[in-house]
Amino acid sequence: MENVLSHEGPPMYLQMAWRNIWRNPRRTTIILLAIIIGVWNMIFLGALTRGMEAGMIKNGIATLTGNIQIHHKDYRNDPVIENSMTDPETVESAMEKILPQGAHRTGRVRVNAIASNARHSSGVTLVGIDPKREARVSFIGHAVKQGRYLMSKEMYGIVVGKALLDKFETKVGHKLVLMSQDTDREISSRAFRIVGVFRAEMAATEKQFVFVTLPAAQQMLKLDKGISEISIILPDQQDNGRVASALKDALPDDTYDINTWRDLLPILNAYLKLSDGFMFIWYLVVFIAMGFGIVNTTLMAVYERMKEFGLLKALGMKPWWIIREVLLESVLLLLMGMVIGNILSFLSVFALSGSGIDLSALAAGAEYVGISRILYPAIYAKDVAIANLVVFVLGLMVSIYPAAKAGRFTPVEALTHT
Amino acid sequence: MHIVECVDVNKTYHQGKVKVQALKGVSLSFEKGSFVALAGPSGSGKTTLLNIIGALDLADSGRIVMDGNAFDKMNRSQRADLRLNKVGFVFQSYNLIPVLSALENVEFVMLLQGLPSVERRKRAKDILDEVGLQGMYDRRPAELSGGQQQRVAVARAIVSNPSIVLADEPTANLDSSTGKGLLEIMKQMNEKKNVTFIFSTHDNMVMDYADRVIYLRDGMVADDRVKI
Repeated sequence: MENVLSHEGPPMYLQMAWRNIWRNPRRTTIILLAIIIGVWNMIFLGALTRGMEAGMIKNGIATLTGNIQIHHKDYRNDPVIENSMTDPETVESAMEKILPQGAHRTGRVRVNAIASNARHSSGVTLVGIDPKREARVSFIGHAVKQGRYLMSKEMYGIVVGKALLDKFETKVGHKLVLMSQDTDREISSRAFRIVGVFRAEMAATEKQFVFVTLPAAQQMLKLDKGISEISIILPDQQDNGRVASALKDALPDDTYDINTWRDLLPILNAYLKLSDGFMFIWYLVVFIAMGFGIVNTTLMAVYERMKEFGLLKALGMKPWWIIREVLLESVLLLLMGMVIGNILSFLSVFALSGSGIDLSALAAGAEYVGISRILYPAIYAKDVAIANLVVFVLGLMVSIYPAAKAGRFTPVEALTHT
Repeated sequence: MHIVECVDVNKTYHQGKVKVQALKGVSLSFEKGSFVALAGPSGSGKTTLLNIIGALDLADSGRIVMDGNAFDKMNRSQRADLRLNKVGFVFQSYNLIPVLSALENVEFVMLLQGLPSVERRKRAKDILDEVGLQGMYDRRPAELSGGQQQRVAVARAIVSNPSIVLADEPTANLDSSTGKGLLEIMKQMNEKKNVTFIFSTHDNMVMDYADRVIYLRDGMVADDRVKI
């Protein structure tokens, strides 16, 4: 009998379930709204969180980090000039073989320095760059908003951030003196002329970094061909681990230290992990609110139709078939809510994909944790799948209670219910 | 040949702290193809006996056998199968499934029995025609009068060719001419298909149609008359 039912039954059972859920349109609409808002909330707010994370990662990577960095093995523990890589050609030839097509790389000198002019002085990070290569790797290539970018062989030009420029009350064309320790452990200083001013997502970045050409930095610090770091940008984020381990295999680990951005930005990495946890908790909170609605509504519908369940049992319907019937009604409600909720979420994300959400009003605080001024929502298939799965599976689970209740009534008890 | 046999059936209900003995050692047997009325005042045990014969409720003690199946040896699922395949029910308040049309209500039992849809549809239409509901196949219960709804209930009860139809006060909510029409239909089915009908009733008209009237009082058989 079960087999025949499974071939012949579903359309009529489905029809019955569909008609039953529309017996009380107002109640169905309310519970549908709860499901729709829940799904929309999970997917849309999830997309905003992912967008924020993507912005933070993008900022983190673009702010002189890259996907992978190579240093002298002691540099990260003690970033002094002595811990520079003196033989970058070895690394260069390894990268030539390993890096995928579309990857970009650049060498840098990066040391702590003191910048000063006639009125002010401040601790900064002096970055010596290859202007052409750097433009393909970090933000600086397209961040100069005033004056000009550095030229390749320029020995005395310097690009500073707008915030530092303001702090020093100076302007393009004026001098700025940089002072740092050279490889002889002597204090070395050089006067540069401000040729350009860059803007960054974070004012802190504008205050921290000053850029000169690589030869200028090497000459000032007596580094010869030495560099502090090599930064690599990969065309595909997924390649980080694979490329990093290939480089580790190719280069001696007693000389070089190879790290992905996750190692280099531990706070961001920890935040991302935490964020996943928060998203899951958020899903649960939303679901619990929605789940109570589903249980309540289904239970109301079950008690209202108690007499009918008694009749179905009297006609010979087994408890499991009644449970299936009630669950089918929940499935239809959940599916309808999920479809509409998904469509609304995608529309909301699509509407914001062009202009994003302007967080300028919050940016003064948000910049310290690396959040972009404009937030673009980002939908990931995995998040959409999890949100839908949470709603569907848990929705079905909470419906089991009222469904089992309907299946448990004895025919006489149900038929005499008033 | 007996279609149902009840031997020394007892049933007690608990209403709060009060015990109500609804049936006290009832022993009855019903012939196949009979048209029987269970009469008696309210609280005499008519509906309780009908529920127990229909395997909707269990007796506290005693033995009920239907078509060779002893209820005390059956589990819940087997009793559900018995109701599905051997018993048809007609209730006082019609008890149709409100979201299904007249045709679908009649089809539903056959759906549970696993009959293919073409056969279901044909048999449901035929039986609805027989009870005089031609052209009303697609009407929902709310769009039918009380008499029409009860005719759908009768059609549903007999469409699956049960051994017995149990009708609990089927004419109580109908006016006398509608009730008479319904009884005519049931009598016809009884004669044509040899289906056993057992009614619980207060209605003299039902008793007039019955070929046997059993009077219950205080949960016991007070009188049992077979009309010749």
